Amino acid sequence: MSQKILVALDGSAGGKRALEAAVKHAKLTDSELILSYIIDWTPYSFHTPEELEERHQRRESEIQRANESVLEPESRALKGSGLSIQTVVRHGKIADTLVDIASEFNVSQIYLGRLGESRLHSMVFGSVTSALLQNSKVPVTVVP
Amino acid sequence: MYAKLSRILIGAFSIVVFSAPTVFAQDTSQQESLSPTQAWIEGIENPNLGYRSWIHGIVPPESVPIEQQTGIDAAINAATAPIAEFIGRVVFFKIPFFGSDLPVVVLWLVIGAVFFTVYMGFINLRGFKHAIELVRGDYADPNSNGEVSHFQALATAVSGTVGIGNIGGVAVAVTVGGAGATFWLIVAGFLGMSTKFVECTLGVKYRNEFEDGHVSGGPMYYLRRGFAERNMEGFGKFMGTFYAVGIFIGALGIGNMFQSNQAYVQLNNVSGGALDGLGWLVGLIMAAVVFMVIIGGIKSIARVTEKIVPFMAVFYCLFAIIVILMNANTIPQAIANIFSGAFTGEGVAGGALGAMIIGFQRAVFSNEAGIGSASIAHSAVRTNEPVTEGIVSLLEPFIDTIVICTITALVIGTAQVADPSFAGDAVGVAMTSAAFEREFTWFPIPLAFAAVLFAFSTMVSWSYYGLKGWTYLFGEGVNGQNIYKLLFCAFVALGCVVQLGPILDISDALVFLICVPNILGLYFLAPVVKREMESYFARIQSGEIKKFK
Repeated sequence: MSQKILVALDGSAGGKRALEAAVKHAKLTDSELILSYIIDWTPYSFHTPEELEERHQRRESEIQRANESVLEPESRALKGSGLSIQTVVRHGKIADTLVDIASEFNVSQIYLGRLGESRLHSMVFGSVTSALLQNSKVPVTVVP
Repeated sequence: MYAKLSRILIGAFSIVVFSAPTVFAQDTSQQESLSPTQAWIEGIENPNLGYRSWIHGIVPPESVPIEQQTGIDAAINAATAPIAEFIGRVVFFKIPFFGSDLPVVVLWLVIGAVFFTVYMGFINLRGFKHAIELVRGDYADPNSNGEVSHFQALATAVSGTVGIGNIGGVAVAVTVGGAGATFWLIVAGFLGMSTKFVECTLGVKYRNEFEDGHVSGGPMYYLRRGFAERNMEGFGKFMGTFYAVGIFIGALGIGNMFQSNQAYVQLNNVSGGALDGLGWLVGLIMAAVVFMVIIGGIKSIARVTEKIVPFMAVFYCLFAIIVILMNANTIPQAIANIFSGAFTGEGVAGGALGAMIIGFQRAVFSNEAGIGSASIAHSAVRTNEPVTEGIVSLLEPFIDTIVICTITALVIGTAQVADPSFAGDAVGVAMTSAAFEREFTWFPIPLAFAAVLFAFSTMVSWSYYGLKGWTYLFGEGVNGQNIYKLLFCAFVALGCVVQLGPILDISDALVFLICVPNILGLYFLAPVVKREMESYFARIQSGEIKKFK
């Protein structure tokens, strides 16, 4: 049974490098690739009533943008590689959502690019990468 | 049988509406010169002095008789005063009730709340735990992440209701109704939870979804469509329009001019009068900020305030609890006073009944259950289960009235036990402020800051409620919406500059007048809600609706 490898993309160069590494890994182990795009979102934020009303349309367009500008081009580019590819777009806290997707799809390895979070940012908001490393139940590869 | 009851209600409603002018044309000429505090307490009894003080718990500025006013305000006031007086007298009409005066509108709201509590099988108790599970996201499907969460819907609706009334209004209730008023305030808050449940469920169920995916909902929509389903199309249209006009005008007054005016007053007080005569400047700045949020779409400002407001609410409660604990030795006495006052009404005009009426009044003015405003906010949420929005909204009167108002009452109550004359002549916000000041001398500054922010978030929320009234009346066109928004901003600036007492009174009265069609509609549509609710709970029970966490 083939394994599954989850790659976190965000449209950045780091994400692209993570994908390259993951592709190599997948080819060697004949694994399936799951390309994901997580839109940072929390259910505990505060909005004006007008924002609540627009939320649904905005969500649709965020998902569309993630698909059109990141996931579809990448999976198209990998078409010739013979790898089997799935894509997932989801809203949520990035680290938690990756952990959830990993268990949902029975993933054996997660790849992500380094996010280049500044020290101050990590101090205030916590680092996504270290949160993922702490919580993930499968090996995580961080690509610089 | 239900249909019959409904028809009787419509009959009663028409009789009240059409006979009002004769009933209310009564004499209110006895008015002498009083001290500001007395005048203000009188204002509760006397429509000429405005109901604002009573509804919002503020002390009106020493009012200059209309004949002596000058400038543009004077002309507007002179023209609108008779209308305001008439509408005020109709809406806040009081019936003698065992020696007390009971405003009919309060009675109407409380009877509705009792009915819905019983009819829905004490949903306010039964649904409470489930409400918390929903807000916590236990039932949230990860695949619909990114839609409005229950927490967000609740937070938005709460920031529309928590305001100056929670700080100052409670002080007023305790001054006039004694400690016992607190007990009845909690009772009414508890009952109001059921009304909120019904109106928010209906708001989602009968909202209008447009082709581009945006939604408009609220009482005007469920009144129109709900009555149309019962073959009373004409009546439903009339009620919907009536509601939309009321919420639109209410949004310009209670949700706008009054708020900006209070923000100015608070700022001026805390700066020691440094802003005297600079109302126009404060007004322009506030209008500019509101403009940026509602027209400019500068979400960051809104986001900042929407974040600070809950923070301030928590900060306020936290310090209130600290102040209460610092007076720990007085807590038993303060609580004993609440209970004994509730049933004996010692020292209160009208005794226990007087205390009860005042407590009820404060609660209905504070949590807006029955007015239908929260229903508009909740309608924006995309969900397949209207009942879930209703259940979440149960928490709004709980937070607003049972938690925040009660905490304020305890701060004042414990201070009163320690030193009965701690506040001197101060009433309203100043009295609450004085109670905090006993422990923390610097507290009036953050308190004023909180009041300004509460006012701002209330303006943002109400601009939306008014907008929904406007689009119901004039259509969803973008140009029309922008006209409304510009008008809204103009009124923000105006609120700081001119003393348009009568116009504010009209707005207050209309906001309470629209609870008449709203609650009437709720009676009609309650069976629909009950069916939805039973089906929902049955599916929870059977596991068809499952937990994700």
